[in-house]
Amino acid sequence: MSQEIVEVPITGKILSVSVKPGDEVKEGDILCILESMKMENPILAPVDGSISQVGVNADQVVKPGETIAVIEY
Amino acid sequence: MFGLFETGFASFSWGNGVMLAIGGAFLYLGIAKKMEPLLLVPIGFGVLLINLPLGGLMECIVQGKVVEAYAIGGEPAGLLSRVFRYGLVWEIIPCFIFLGLGAMTDFGPVIANPKTLILGAGAQFGVYFAFFIALVLGFSINEAASIGIIGGADGPTTIYLTNRLASHLIGATAVAAYTYMAMVPIIQPPVIKALTTKKERAIYMKPQLRLVPKLEKVLFPIIGAIIIILLVPKSAPLIGMFALGNLLKESGVTDRLANTAATAFIDILTILLGISVGAFMSAQSFLKPETLMVFGLGVAAFAASTFFGVILAKFMNLFLKEKINPMIGAAGVSAVPMAARVVQKMGQEANPRNFLLMHAMGPNIAGVIGTATAAGIFLGVLG
Repeated sequence: MSQEIVEVPITGKILSVSVKPGDEVKEGDILCILESMKMENPILAPVDGSISQVGVNADQVVKPGETIAVIEY
Repeated sequence: MFGLFETGFASFSWGNGVMLAIGGAFLYLGIAKKMEPLLLVPIGFGVLLINLPLGGLMECIVQGKVVEAYAIGGEPAGLLSRVFRYGLVWEIIPCFIFLGLGAMTDFGPVIANPKTLILGAGAQFGVYFAFFIALVLGFSINEAASIGIIGGADGPTTIYLTNRLASHLIGATAVAAYTYMAMVPIIQPPVIKALTTKKERAIYMKPQLRLVPKLEKVLFPIIGAIIIILLVPKSAPLIGMFALGNLLKESGVTDRLANTAATAFIDILTILLGISVGAFMSAQSFLKPETLMVFGLGVAAFAASTFFGVILAKFMNLFLKEKINPMIGAAGVSAVPMAARVVQKMGQEANPRNFLLMHAMGPNIAGVIGTATAAGIFLGVLG
């Protein structure tokens, strides 16, 4: 089974997390909302698959490269 | 003696009714639709106030007589005519708003990827395109420049230039600029889609930009201001204030000043700017065919700026080894951060892996510099 690691693209704060381990997601589904540059940015699932790990929580300040979620497909 | 003829009802015209509807529409868009509320609410309320006759808010004294509407050569005598004269006509408010904008701007994406400066300049072609169209349609050269600058999508710059070159158009151009800034998410996507394939929109750009050291961020406004002002001297009031505001932010030793400039200072100026621009929109000043033409040309200018930004990005891709997503060229209009947000959203729609926000912020911020410089060029030639 392949894995896709979704990383934080830009410094910011996680406002909400929409998935938890075990959830099935489709490409384009919202994984979390990242606030950066005074904008709310959805982070989307790049592939269809199953969430095996979530690396962020709401209100967490994050930096580029940190893991948001791991999707197995 | 207090009779019917001393109330506003007797002087109320159908034009005032139309303008009340327009002011109400601005308030609706600002409050209910949250479209640029910081601008549309004070502008909309200014429109309401000035179209309630006999209020005297924009009164001027012309040859010893009091006139209700703002008169360019008259002595201002009303609450808002004074703000309009000494704030806008004297060019204080738009320039100091740039100081606040500078204190709110992070030049990091531009410094990390200087190619984006070219895209910010490219979108200004739209300004000159609309300028020539306005000339062809019979506007004077000064009016055409004031209309063309709307394509830069920068409110303070539009007001500054119009006031210098064609002050009778200031209500129309200011409101067109701010209205179209609010309508970026409606105007830009069809133009971008018409110029790009889905494959181009899906071009992936690595999210991690180079980390910009503090020294570069401090030097950028200083060196940038020196170069731009030497090249285009008439851009000094706008670029100079913009650079100072940014230096206050980046120097690290003037945080109090930077915080004030980015919050209370710019907020106060925005209130004064909004309500006095709105108050310029009385029925007799605004309901003219030329105003409608300004609005029509404004949207053409805006679409043309988007067009040229995308085309330039596509042209750059012919020479770049690592391709850029051509949509970031559309962010070269200076509506910060609305244009960058449009690119971010469309980039994700085409490819969920994409996160173009910081790539788009580069041309977006460069666009602010580009529009202020374009205004400086017009002033240098025509002013």
